[in-house]
Amino acid sequence: MTGLRHLIRLILRRDRVLLPLWVLILAALPAVYAASFAELTPTDEARELYARTTAGIPSIEAMLGPIYGSSVGALATQRAGLTLLIVALINVLVVIRHTRTEEDAGRRELVAATVVGRHAPLAAALVVAVGADLVLGLLTAAFMGFSSGSLLLGLSLAFAGIVFAAVGAVAAQLTENAGPARGLGLAVLGLAYLIRAAGDATGSGLSWASPLAWGQYTQPFADETWLPLLASFGLAALLAGLAGWLSVRRDVGGGLVPTRLGPAGSTSLTGPFALAWRLQRGLLTGWSVGFLIFGLAFGGAVSGATEAFNGNPELAELFARLGGGVSLTDTFISTLLGIAAIAAAAYGIQAALRMRAEESTMRAEPVLATGTARVPWALGHVVFAVAGPIVALLMIGAGLGLTYGADVGDLGQVPRLIGAALAQAPAAATLTGLTVALFGLLPRLTGVAWGILAICLLLGQIGALLQLSQAVLDLSPFTHTPHLPGGEVTALPLVVLAVVAVVLTAAGLWGFRRRDVGV
Amino acid sequence: MENAILVSGLHKTFGRTHALNGLDLTVRTGEVHGFLGPNGSGKSTTIRVLLGLLRADSGSARLLGGDPWKDATALHRRLAYVPGDVTLWPNLSGGEVIDLLGRLRGGLNPQRRAELLERFDLDPRKKGRAYSKGNRQKVALVAALASDVELLILDEPTSGLDPLMEEVFRECIAEEKTSGRTVLLSSHILAEVEQLCDRVSIIRNGQTVESGTLTDLRHLTRTSISADLATPLTTIPGVHDLVVDGTRVRFEVDTDRLDDTLKHLTAAGVRSLTSQPPTLEELFMRHYQGAAR
Repeated sequence: MTGLRHLIRLILRRDRVLLPLWVLILAALPAVYAASFAELTPTDEARELYARTTAGIPSIEAMLGPIYGSSVGALATQRAGLTLLIVALINVLVVIRHTRTEEDAGRRELVAATVVGRHAPLAAALVVAVGADLVLGLLTAAFMGFSSGSLLLGLSLAFAGIVFAAVGAVAAQLTENAGPARGLGLAVLGLAYLIRAAGDATGSGLSWASPLAWGQYTQPFADETWLPLLASFGLAALLAGLAGWLSVRRDVGGGLVPTRLGPAGSTSLTGPFALAWRLQRGLLTGWSVGFLIFGLAFGGAVSGATEAFNGNPELAELFARLGGGVSLTDTFISTLLGIAAIAAAAYGIQAALRMRAEESTMRAEPVLATGTARVPWALGHVVFAVAGPIVALLMIGAGLGLTYGADVGDLGQVPRLIGAALAQAPAAATLTGLTVALFGLLPRLTGVAWGILAICLLLGQIGALLQLSQAVLDLSPFTHTPHLPGGEVTALPLVVLAVVAVVLTAAGLWGFRRRDVGV
Repeated sequence: MENAILVSGLHKTFGRTHALNGLDLTVRTGEVHGFLGPNGSGKSTTIRVLLGLLRADSGSARLLGGDPWKDATALHRRLAYVPGDVTLWPNLSGGEVIDLLGRLRGGLNPQRRAELLERFDLDPRKKGRAYSKGNRQKVALVAALASDVELLILDEPTSGLDPLMEEVFRECIAEEKTSGRTVLLSSHILAEVEQLCDRVSIIRNGQTVESGTLTDLRHLTRTSISADLATPLTTIPGVHDLVVDGTRVRFEVDTDRLDDTLKHLTAAGVRSLTSQPPTLEELFMRHYQGAAR
C-alpha cells in the first residue's frame, strides 16, 4: 500500500471539479423530491392517495422501486430510486476511469515503476469512490434535515455506490481495455436493475438477488432497518477483495483473458466507412441488445399496471380527471421511453466522441494523411452516432411491443410502440449534432456534451417539481418530444428538432474541415 | 518538377507558443533530405503543415507542386507518412492496419508487403495493443514502404527499432532512393543521417539555421589541429582555443581559414601534424546548443 496517500491526492487533483459536482447534485436530489412532494401533496390524504395509486402500481414500482409509506420522506425515497441507479453508474465509471483507463493509456506503468505498492492504485481508486459515496450519504441527510430516516436514505445511496465501485474494480481486472471493462460493469448494473424491477413488479422475493434492491429495502422513513446495509458492505468487501486478488495475479496492462491473434491482412477494410464500422460495431451491438432486453423486460411489467388500473376505481377516476383519454399503460410506456431517449442520446454522444478519441490518440492522423478526406472520415462516425440511437430505440420499441403485445394478445402493439420509440429519435439526434458541432468548432470542449445531457436529464427529472418556467424547460430538446404512445403528435416540433440536429452536424463538419487536426 | 517540397517563411503559433518562426525548407525531387533539430524545434509541426493537418498562419508551402492544405487528398495519394509515435487501433491486427492504410493511399504492392514483413521480421497477426513501440513503428513503415508513392515523409521512423532493424530500414531507404523516390527524413540518429541523406536542414526554435549537403555544413565548422613545430609559436592568427606546450600546439580553426593557418604553420616548420575533421556530433551540438535556452 506504499504510496497510497500520493495516489489518492493524484485522483483528487484530477477530479477536483467532477467529483464535488456529482456528489453535490446527487446529494441534493432527494431533498428536492421531498420539498416538491411537501408542496404538491400537502395533506396526509393526498399523499396516501398518491402512494396507493400512482406510486404503488407494479409498473412504477418496477421502474423506481417499492413504496413503504405515505410520508413525504417515504415518497421521496421511492423517487430517489433513480438517484440510486445513477450513483451506482457513476461509481462503476469512476473506479474504471482511475484503474483500467490509466493502464490502458500507459500512465499506470509510469506510476507503478515508482515506489508504489502493488495494491495501491486499485486501493486509491476505491478509497476515493467510497469516500465520495459516504460524503454523498451524509450530505443527502444534511440537505433533508438530519433524522434517522434521512441518514438511512443517505447511507443506502452511499452503500449502493460502494457496491458498484467494487463491481467496477472487478470489471477493471478482467478485460484488457477500458471500453470493455465499462461495458462489463454497466451490464452487471443493468442486470441488477432488471432483477430488481422484475422482483418489485411481481412482488416476489426475486429482488433480494439484486444489490440495487438492498439500498431500498432499508425502508427509510418507514419500517427502518439497517440490516441490508450490512449485506451491501459484505458484498462490497468481498468484491474489492476479489479485485485485489485478481490484480496481483495478472500483468500490468494485461487482462485475465489473453489477447488472441488476428488476421494477417484484410480485404474488407476498404475505406473510412469500413474502418468506422469496425470501431463502432461493438458499441452498436451492446446498446441495441441492451435496449431490446429492457424493452422485453418492461413490456412484460406493463400489464401489471393494467391490472392495477382495472381493480382500482380511484385510479381510474384520477386518470379520467387528468383526461386526454391517455391510459395508464400508455403513460407508463411513454415515461419509460422518455428515459430511453436520454439513454439513446448518451449513446449518440458516446459514438460521436469516438471521433475525438481517434484524433487525440493520434490514430486519425495517419488515416487523414492518406487519400481520405476529412469529411468522409468524420461522416463514417457520424452515421453511427445518428443511426445507432435510432436502431437502439427501434429495439426498445420492438421489445416493449412484443412482450406487452403478447400479454394483451395484440401484436399490433409492435409497430405502435416502435413508432412511439422512434418519435424520441429527433431529440436524441440534437445531442449527437451538438457533439459533432463541438468536435468541429470547439474540439477541446467536446466533454461539455455530457454536461448538457446531464442538464437535460435534470430538467426532465426535477424541472416540473421545481416549477421552473416553461421557457427554461423548453431548453431541453426532450421537452418537445410528444408523449407517445397515447399523446397527440404534432409534426412541427419533431421537424424542428431534426433540422436543429442537421444544422449542428453540418456546422461541426464545416468546422472540422477548416480547423487544425490534433489540437 | 525540381522541388518536391518548397517551404518559405512558414509561421505557426499555438496560443502563445511560436512553433514555427519563418521556417524555410527545400527538398529536391529524388533526394533523401535529413530534417534535424532538437526536441520541440518544430519538425513535427512542419510535417503536419505539409500534410495539411495544420494550417499555417503565414508563409508559403508547396508539396509535389500542389497546395498542402487545399489539395490535401489529391497529394496524399502520392505520398506515404510514418508518424514519430505510432498508435494503432487496439482491436485491429497489424496486417489489417497495413492493408487499410495502403488501400486508403490507393493500393499497395502485395509482393513488396510480404517481402517487407519478412525483412522487418513482423508478425502481422498480432493485435494493435499487443505490439511493442518498435513493432508498431514497423507496422507503419511496412504500410508506407509497400505503397507505390513518390514521396515518403518519415518523422523519426527508427525511434524504438533495434540496431538490426535500423540496418534493414537503412537498406530500404537506400533502395527507395535508387528507385527515384524522394524522402524527407526527420531523425536524431546522426549515423543514419550521414549514411542516407544527400542534404540536410537543421532547424531550431522554428527557424532554419543551416541547410545544405553535409560537406557544405562541414565547411561551416571547425577542424581540430594538433602539431609539433620546429620553432615554437606563441600566437597563430585566426584560430580558436589555442594551447601552447613548448613546441606543441593545439587549436581549432574555421574550415574556410584552414589554408591560411597551414601556411603559417609550415613557415614555422612542421614535424608532425594531426588534423581532425569536424564530427557530425560537433556540428549538431554547435547548432543545437542554446536551443533550450
